[in-house]
Amino acid sequence: MALTNEIIRKTLIEKFGEQVYQWEEPYGMLTFTSDAEINLKVLQFLYDDPLLQFRFMTDLTAVHYPENKGKELAVVYHMHNLVDNVRIRYKVFVDILKPDVFSASALYSAANWMERETFDFYGVNFLGHPNLKRILNVDDMEYHPLRKEYPLEDQKRTDKDDEMFGRI
Amino acid sequence: MSRPVRYNITDKPFSTPISIADAPAGYEGPGFFATKLSDVVGLARKNSLWPLPFATSCCGIEFMALMAAHYDLGRFGAERLSFTPRQYDVLMVIGTIAKKMAPVVKQVYLQMAEPRWVIAVGACASSGGIFDTYSVLQGIDQIVPVDVYVPGCPPRPEAMIDGILRVQDLVGKEDIRRRHSEKYEALLKSYGIE
Repeated sequence: MALTNEIIRKTLIEKFGEQVYQWEEPYGMLTFTSDAEINLKVLQFLYDDPLLQFRFMTDLTAVHYPENKGKELAVVYHMHNLVDNVRIRYKVFVDILKPDVFSASALYSAANWMERETFDFYGVNFLGHPNLKRILNVDDMEYHPLRKEYPLEDQKRTDKDDEMFGRI
Repeated sequence: MSRPVRYNITDKPFSTPISIADAPAGYEGPGFFATKLSDVVGLARKNSLWPLPFATSCCGIEFMALMAAHYDLGRFGAERLSFTPRQYDVLMVIGTIAKKMAPVVKQVYLQMAEPRWVIAVGACASSGGIFDTYSVLQGIDQIVPVDVYVPGCPPRPEAMIDGILRVQDLVGKEDIRRRHSEKYEALLKSYGIE
């Protein structure tokens, strides 16, 4: 029996009930959300359940939604079931003033570097991560560049004249 | 229709001896020639510049064309490439330098022996180019002194040849004491190089 989105959804609701919500299927990929506090429980269940078997973490990143007050940062997990070749997307939202999320690096080794990258670019504080420091940017960078509060271009430039770039 | 085959059988006599550089200005008499030492040294240096390519992106592809048969930088005495900084005269920084790469460029520069020159090839190496962003160094002149900037995105091989010729000009006219001058020391010091 093929593992369908409907089965995954039913299994998760059976286990977690109201704690998992915002079910969507953009382009056929099942997407859901839970509170940040239970993210490890959900991930562990996705990993362990004999039916679900999501044992491959393909991606872990974050998104910054500045207008989503109190839940500005979304941490997004992409998981892959290699037996049935099914993918799902799982999100948790946290406050940007206290961006604490439990680290999944003990469960998925792949999460180790991806959590460092997410910390590097978005400043998500992964609790329990073995080595949470910058991975891609220079070590002495003082901010998290992919948060939308930072303009892309360096505002202190004097040598790049706006007029020459057609930006008046 | 088949393509006509053409053989290069026409003899083209050399009109001028192209491989000989002009002698520097000096005083000539029977059996002797007197000139400034710096001119002779400059002449020798400028016609045998060894470029060290630090190619990181698309400008590097143009550089490959520059070194290949069509544009052939070897005509200007600069065909000897390899990748140890210790033997080289001109550091050619060709392409985008990310901030994380900056210490590497600086270290390569430090490993080069004096006298050394630097060319920033392309918009990115000169000013950061289109990458006006958090991760890209906004011009290598923030970390090493640059002698010649070659504009373009990417510059054509002809532009790079022009850059090399301009460095040759600088090399040929350089005062032999420049590298020991206080001004030069101050320049290096402004980059944190002792």
